[in-house]
Amino acid sequence: MDLTVLLVKGLIILIIFVITLTIAAYSTYGERKVAAFLQDRIGPNRAGPWGLLQPLADGGKMFFKEDFIPAQASKWLFILGPCLAMLTALMSSAVIPFGDTIRFGDYAIPVQAIEINIGVLYIFGVVSLGVYGVMVGGWASNNKFSLLGAIRAASQNISYEIALGLSLIAILMMTGSLSLRAIIDEQATFFEWNIFTQPLGFVIFLTCAFAECNRTPFDLPECETELVGGYHTEYSSMKLGFYLFAEYINMFVSSAFIAALYFGGFHYPFMSEISGALENSLGVIAGHNVATAIGIIMFFAKIFFFIFFFMWVRWTLPRFRYDQLMNLGWKTFIPLAILNVVITGAGLLYDFKYATWVIAITMIGMVIVSNARAPKREVVRPGVA
Amino acid sequence: MTETIDFFKSLTSTGYLFLVLTAITLFSAIGVVTARNPIYSVLALIATFFCLSGHYILLNAQFLAAVNIIVYAGAIMVLFLFTIMFLNLRREDEESKTNVTKMISVVMGGVLMVMLITIFRAKSAQVPTYSTTAFNAKTGLVENLGLLLYNDYILPFELASVLFLVAMVGAVMLGKRETGDRHF
Repeated sequence: MDLTVLLVKGLIILIIFVITLTIAAYSTYGERKVAAFLQDRIGPNRAGPWGLLQPLADGGKMFFKEDFIPAQASKWLFILGPCLAMLTALMSSAVIPFGDTIRFGDYAIPVQAIEINIGVLYIFGVVSLGVYGVMVGGWASNNKFSLLGAIRAASQNISYEIALGLSLIAILMMTGSLSLRAIIDEQATFFEWNIFTQPLGFVIFLTCAFAECNRTPFDLPECETELVGGYHTEYSSMKLGFYLFAEYINMFVSSAFIAALYFGGFHYPFMSEISGALENSLGVIAGHNVATAIGIIMFFAKIFFFIFFFMWVRWTLPRFRYDQLMNLGWKTFIPLAILNVVITGAGLLYDFKYATWVIAITMIGMVIVSNARAPKREVVRPGVA
Repeated sequence: MTETIDFFKSLTSTGYLFLVLTAITLFSAIGVVTARNPIYSVLALIATFFCLSGHYILLNAQFLAAVNIIVYAGAIMVLFLFTIMFLNLRREDEESKTNVTKMISVVMGGVLMVMLITIFRAKSAQVPTYSTTAFNAKTGLVENLGLLLYNDYILPFELASVLFLVAMVGAVMLGKRETGDRHF
């Protein structure tokens, strides 16, 4: 491999790393602003213009707080917990293709840290390791509430991983590859985006992503009404910061993963026409690079939408009860995901990609029928009753 | 002494990686059996699985490496840790460690080790040599593995899946709440 290629590759890895951290930091700001908007408040507005320096102020505060280790805690595991959470969160963005290729001279370098032919499995593996940070930290705290939070996190992640994997399998069947780039290239035209061919799989995947990230409505491991602070009750200072930060990085990676798997990644409608026009007007190399840049911007727009969606749901829906969570995972999503795989397979046998709409339409029909047959509730008008 | 130095000089970077990985693997595997706290034991086992995945990657079997991480480190060990955390074995459980059990476990372990060494030294189990030019570098990748499983080894593969199905049904039957069982 040539030295320039190696340099550009290293630069891409570094940039992806920095972008991940920046987006995670500004997600905390975004979260507070979105929460403020939804609750009719102003939100952070003191540090810098529009409160834009708030993440820096928060980070500084985290660093200067007292770093406390409980006396009966298992010291090394107590330190290992947040490190593991941060490590696994940062590892997962390595295989996501953020754009097409960058060309200079004779080289064409993909905008991706590493291209491996098992990209989907890599992310799945790293995500399944993410729970260790929570478990080890929760156990090492030597606190009943922390332990309960850790155990909740473990059982929740294990349960939802199954449905997550099964909804992924339908996509893998459509594409016939485990490489994320191949999956994105399969969705080149707008109506072949997997959201249109796999509507049910998308809903299952999105919900399971919420559960894997421990986000509301599935944030039972840190449910403060029952467990004080959950698995990070005993944590303070930057160790707590690492746990919170890892959650935002996970959110970013999940959003990128959803955008890549179901929303065509860096593809957008009329992409080939636009890139053709650019290559005609700017020359082949420059035009191609500008088209790649537009693709990257589109990909990030999709990612930001999903990060916003995560926040929107968090400040809208109340938390599930634990038995509801388990029933939803085991008795609803896993059978539905298996059905989805079977129907997708049957559709592929007859070369029909949109077969899973059968399940979606049947479900919508059932909801409408059951709503229509349910006894009407009396409308209570204020002032009359 | 000079032989050892020559051996280290003759190694490629892959060889050094292999040696380092093997050292860590053995170290963490010994940690599994010597750790006093069961939680440390499980964590050492997870480290061992990671090192084994590293060995798979050195053999260019990326699919096996990823599946090893997902299934063993990601799912089974989480359940192990889960169970051990519930049991809360902070104090040592001395009742199960009588002299008889220790003797039996030493004998069993020794027999297993002798058996494994005999198997690996047998002529029929020797790894066949390969020529570096004719060797297909894509042997361990997922496409070839899939072709091999679904062409040459379809019967064992399907039998294994039937076995898994039976195990799954058995687990559901065992875990099913019978009438009169206590609700948690």
